[in-house]
Amino acid sequence: MYWRENRKPAYLLLADGSIYEGVSIGKEGTTVGEAVFATAMVGYQELLTDPSYFGQIVIQTFPLIGNYGVNSTDPESDRCYLNGYIVREWCEIPSNFRCEGNVDEYLKAQNVVGIADVDTRSLTRKIREVGVMNAVITTENVYEKKEELLEKIRDYSIKQAIESTSCKQMQKFSCEHPKYHVALFDFGYKHNIRRELLQRGCNVTVVPCKTTAQEIASLGVDGIMLSNGPGDPADNPEIITNLKEVAKLGIPIFGICMGHQLFALANGAKTVKLKYGHRGANQPVKDLKHDRTYITSQNHGYAVVSDSIDPQVGELSHVNVNDNTCEGVRYKAFPAFTVQFHPEAAAGPHDTAYLFEEFLGMMNERKAK
Amino acid sequence: MPKREDIKKVLVIGSGPIVIGQAAEFDYAGTQACRALKEEGLEVVLINSNPATIMTDQAMADHIYIEPLTLDVVKRVIEIEKPDSVLSTLGGQTGLTLSMQLAEEGFLQSHGVKLLGANPLTIHKAEDRQAFKDTMEEIGEPCIPSKVVTTIEDAVDFAKVIDYPVIVRPAFTLGGTGGGIAHDEAELRDIAKNGLRLSPITQILVEKCISGWKEIEFEVIRDAKGNVITVCSMENLDPVGIHTGDSIVVAPAVTLSDKEYQMLRSASLNIISALGVEGGCNCQFALKPDSFEYAVIEVNPRVSRSSALASKATGYPIAKVASKIAIGYSLDEILNAVTGKTYACFEPALDYLVVKFPKWPFDKFVYANRTLGTQMMATGEVMAIGTSFEQAMMKAVRSIELKLDTLDMPKMKELSTEELYDVIRKQDDERIFAVYEALKRGESFESLHEVTKIDLWFLGKLKNLIEMENWLADGQLTAQKYKKAKDYGFLDSTIERLSGQKISEPLYASYKMVDTCAAEFAAQTPYFYSTYDKENEALLHNEALASNKKKVLVFGSGPIRIGQGIEFDYCSVHCVWTLKEQGYEAIIANNNPETVSTDFDTSDRLYFDPLTEEDVTNIIKTEQPWGVVVQFGGQTAIKLIKHLVKLGVNILGTSADSIDAAEDRERFDELLEQCHIPRPSGHTVFTAEQAKRAAADLGYPVLMRPSYVLGGQNMIIAHSDADIDEYMAIITAHEIENPVLIDKYMMGIEVEVDAICDGQDYLIPGIMEHVERAGVHSGDSISVYPSRRLSKRIKDTLIDYTGRLARALKVVGLVNIQYVIYNDEVYVIEVNPRSSRTVPYISKVTGVPMVDIATKLMLGATLKDLGYACGIHPEPDFVTVKVPVFSFAKLHGVDNQLGPEMKSTGEVLGIGKTFEEALLKGLVASGNTMKKSGGVLVTVRDQDKQEAIEVADKFASLGFDIYATAGTANVLNKNMVATNVVRKLSEGSPNVMDLLESGKIDYVISISAKGRQPQRESVQIRRKAVERSIVCLTSLDTANAVADCLGMDKTVADIDLVDITTIGK
Repeated sequence: MYWRENRKPAYLLLADGSIYEGVSIGKEGTTVGEAVFATAMVGYQELLTDPSYFGQIVIQTFPLIGNYGVNSTDPESDRCYLNGYIVREWCEIPSNFRCEGNVDEYLKAQNVVGIADVDTRSLTRKIREVGVMNAVITTENVYEKKEELLEKIRDYSIKQAIESTSCKQMQKFSCEHPKYHVALFDFGYKHNIRRELLQRGCNVTVVPCKTTAQEIASLGVDGIMLSNGPGDPADNPEIITNLKEVAKLGIPIFGICMGHQLFALANGAKTVKLKYGHRGANQPVKDLKHDRTYITSQNHGYAVVSDSIDPQVGELSHVNVNDNTCEGVRYKAFPAFTVQFHPEAAAGPHDTAYLFEEFLGMMNERKAK
Repeated sequence: MPKREDIKKVLVIGSGPIVIGQAAEFDYAGTQACRALKEEGLEVVLINSNPATIMTDQAMADHIYIEPLTLDVVKRVIEIEKPDSVLSTLGGQTGLTLSMQLAEEGFLQSHGVKLLGANPLTIHKAEDRQAFKDTMEEIGEPCIPSKVVTTIEDAVDFAKVIDYPVIVRPAFTLGGTGGGIAHDEAELRDIAKNGLRLSPITQILVEKCISGWKEIEFEVIRDAKGNVITVCSMENLDPVGIHTGDSIVVAPAVTLSDKEYQMLRSASLNIISALGVEGGCNCQFALKPDSFEYAVIEVNPRVSRSSALASKATGYPIAKVASKIAIGYSLDEILNAVTGKTYACFEPALDYLVVKFPKWPFDKFVYANRTLGTQMMATGEVMAIGTSFEQAMMKAVRSIELKLDTLDMPKMKELSTEELYDVIRKQDDERIFAVYEALKRGESFESLHEVTKIDLWFLGKLKNLIEMENWLADGQLTAQKYKKAKDYGFLDSTIERLSGQKISEPLYASYKMVDTCAAEFAAQTPYFYSTYDKENEALLHNEALASNKKKVLVFGSGPIRIGQGIEFDYCSVHCVWTLKEQGYEAIIANNNPETVSTDFDTSDRLYFDPLTEEDVTNIIKTEQPWGVVVQFGGQTAIKLIKHLVKLGVNILGTSADSIDAAEDRERFDELLEQCHIPRPSGHTVFTAEQAKRAAADLGYPVLMRPSYVLGGQNMIIAHSDADIDEYMAIITAHEIENPVLIDKYMMGIEVEVDAICDGQDYLIPGIMEHVERAGVHSGDSISVYPSRRLSKRIKDTLIDYTGRLARALKVVGLVNIQYVIYNDEVYVIEVNPRSSRTVPYISKVTGVPMVDIATKLMLGATLKDLGYACGIHPEPDFVTVKVPVFSFAKLHGVDNQLGPEMKSTGEVLGIGKTFEEALLKGLVASGNTMKKSGGVLVTVRDQDKQEAIEVADKFASLGFDIYATAGTANVLNKNMVATNVVRKLSEGSPNVMDLLESGKIDYVISISAKGRQPQRESVQIRRKAVERSIVCLTSLDTANAVADCLGMDKTVADIDLVDITTIGK
């Protein structure tokens, strides 16, 4: 039992100088990142492999992590992109018929530095009050190196997030009976977006983040999917400029999370950093048109400022019931809609999968013309 | 959608008496519903036959009818009160079934009453087996291969198709009554026969047995707009095959990956949407452990026991939200009461793990068949919250009051490994402890999983606890080891015991908040559980509150069990209300998820934790209360007194010393002598030999009981040395440290008095007289108020004695005294300086708010201050009876003959102009079919035969056919009561069993000298009566009263209904 052995101590140092002691999980060493908390109670493997966590250290608020182990089918990308992982307790004897290993081994294999045995609730409360902050996890003696590490924390910011997670070359995925062809802009996309499209009869071409409008046009696609992704959306002027042109193609566009933010920026709206973001599987979102509220999966630290959307260009389609932030925009000038949350789920509820159907409907409509 | 404007006056139908499968959770749900409706300015009318509930309290509704929950009575209430709507989904199956009957008959429509919360189509789709299957097929949700049948032959034929084992589920029964697993045709015939009879529509479902699959539940809520959310997932440690009410359950589900979790979550949403439920709903699934295959087991289209658990596990008030939905609100319009900022349309995120552990009545029913199955047997449950499974499980185990502080059950140690496997295979209430012991002996996960199908995850966690035990026993108790043991939920006393070392620097618990959102939002819920982390949120909360009010900590009564029921929760909640009203900060500590006391907005702060000495010390350490209250929490709280005294805490009300004086036999004797009050002579003994000597001295029969008991646990009347030997063996098996009391048994009228005292003056709201003579436990007796057979002299003596005792004990608060009137003399049987089972009943029927007054007295007021004169409260011009309700149908092998050991699980009230009227209502309310003609079977002990003549004669003159076995028949016939002789079981067919089966018998009067053991003929006769739902009377006094009741030739329809809010006004 890991708790009986003399496990390697690990430390968490926050930007405010506070130190949490725990034990090492995953790789030993030192890592720096932006500490954020995620509240979903299941789906840790999807979280670990979600490229949107690039550069971040994730705190799991659910205290028991690794209960059902890890497997080779649940990852949402090719590897872990996050910078660190904080849990209260990890499960040494996981149990599930698909289990292929435990979460500690997995983190080691993925070179993720982590810390366990931490009071994750008190940490979450702190971040809720102060806002997200940078942090270091280290297996070195934090007390001796505190100043040096704080320096590291101060200097840290997430850079080149999308470039680092996006593919470099186009990749085509085919389904059995294709009805549509969709270009999927890879800003660090979760594989389930692709799977959702494929299973609805869409061939998918995953394109690098900086693909231009002309390149898209030459693909002859029926629809364009703007994926999720990490970092500050405003850090991507080139992509934003590209997207302005992409919009003009008149091809139906569906944006998710980062895709939603980038497209809003391309259309003159503003984004803002939230105090501690929305990361979890329980966020209520109201679809204003249908007066229905859905439970959604979310993972974002920035949001589109609702007031900044030019009413000529688009209208607010979804809002967060808890804090009223913008959760979706429907565009008027061209066939496009984008949402802040994750209709592709993985992990999280599938309640908004209907949006994929709407996207299909738009493509169908355009084809009919 | 905002509140509907066409709703002004709502009738809420409650769930009736507490029975196994329908318990305190519905008081919680009903209370939340009433409050939610009143909050909206609606006029609330309530009907519920259960007087012990908070729901039926004057504060809860505008008009309250504690009347039988029959269709006719509900109709009459509607005619009197003319509500515009009826809320159907918060009163358990009872409330729902009544509502549906009202709707289907067209009564609601013809009276212009709207049905809220459910519509008949929804209920039909969810509850009718075939309709449910069809609906599930339509939406592509898999069901277990099954068939609805109405005959035994069809059941057998279908079983041949799907192969054994098969599960039988009768339609429309509570808690799975009458169901079971059949492994072969013979078993199936047996179970199917019983199930068909118990189903009100003679319909059973025969289905493929999927025992061993994971059992997963989701609590779902949907509104009229179609918004739908899941509040909580739950995973049963015990796989499919054991009723979820009898399973150890964790929340949230732990062994599911997101794929399986979302698959079942989506299925839940699809199901509730297809059924069209508007409100709460519980979906149960079976999930094949090695694939994504699953099946829908059952759906409850209403608030249920599981929803109470889910509410407490998450902080999400399901019943309240369901009520608001019923009156028109949508989820996105209802504020989340926890955060005060977010809305009810979200899914709680937990950052802890919850373990629910059932409380079974087998410590009382030693001969019951304890094998768990599809029929629920637990009377209550505890919930524990922890940051790990280990911590929560350890808390649960010490909350359940089995005298355990770990999962190490001493008696398992004595079994060979082979015997352990026998226990495990038997699948009884102690299986988990046998599994633990087997793991300890090194039995492999694989072999234990093979037998139990308990998931490896749980076995791994149990193994962690074993490792911790071993680690503690091994070497130095380091700070690190100690901290880990605390994290794993070990008590200091356990750590010291296991390690053999003293703890030099004890750690004290800190508290975390239950906030529905895993700390994502700032919450104001004053709802806490203990951990061993550094940050103490309770302290932070209190600092932020900066209240200068005095703090009072009230201890709750723990799990509902026979003898310590919902009455104590009623008292605790009332105490809290009064404390708040008096300007104090009221804090509750309790561990029962089914109750109103553990609703986070009942008190100013709620500590959901075990009630052991150490746990309580920790709460006191954090809260530093000005005072604590133990009077209202039953024996669970009373047990804490010695420890609280040691801590130097201010115990409000009667002093610890007085409580000891009442409980300690010698001190009590002194006290009585000093007060010149007689009691039945008796002795204190420790061994069977001593007991037999004492009995010889006193003369048989004698009454035996361990000291410090509640609910007459292990209390018996011994008629011979052999009885003493049998019972001493049982009593000593429970490791009782306290001595056994042995008293002369006096067969007289039993009287019970609850009094309120300020140390000097006392107020007796009423004297209650029992219908049954002494010998039947007071909780199982029919209790009448005002008394009807007591002379003025006796009453005066009772008042005088009560005053003397209350003063001598310096009672401040409540005191309950039981007397026996023997040869026209008053004797004291026992004095309990605390709240009692009868407090809610007598408060409601006298209009004297007993707990409110008692609480005020504890805070320093005098009765004079409150405007009460010393002495007895004036008697009313109506009569009330409290009739016990039993759950015998759920417990196999339990003898239903009443005796000194309490057996009832609940109670109902009857109010009338005369005793007979009140009794008729009470008997009907408690579920008896009061047939006015038919057959009566009499079989009694020799000593009762003379008395039986009179009773039999009464029945005979009412036109009943009398049947009796040879001995009794002989006496009756000789005495001119025409009696048919029936053969005994041993005398060959046709015999008494065939007679009972024939349907000719409507009443059984059965009294035997020997009972308890299931194989005895008398027990078999009584059990048969239970199975056949024949009224079974085991005391001649009850039988006599029943005969008188029938003799007045009235039905409930002839008796006025009473709105109890008018009492005392």
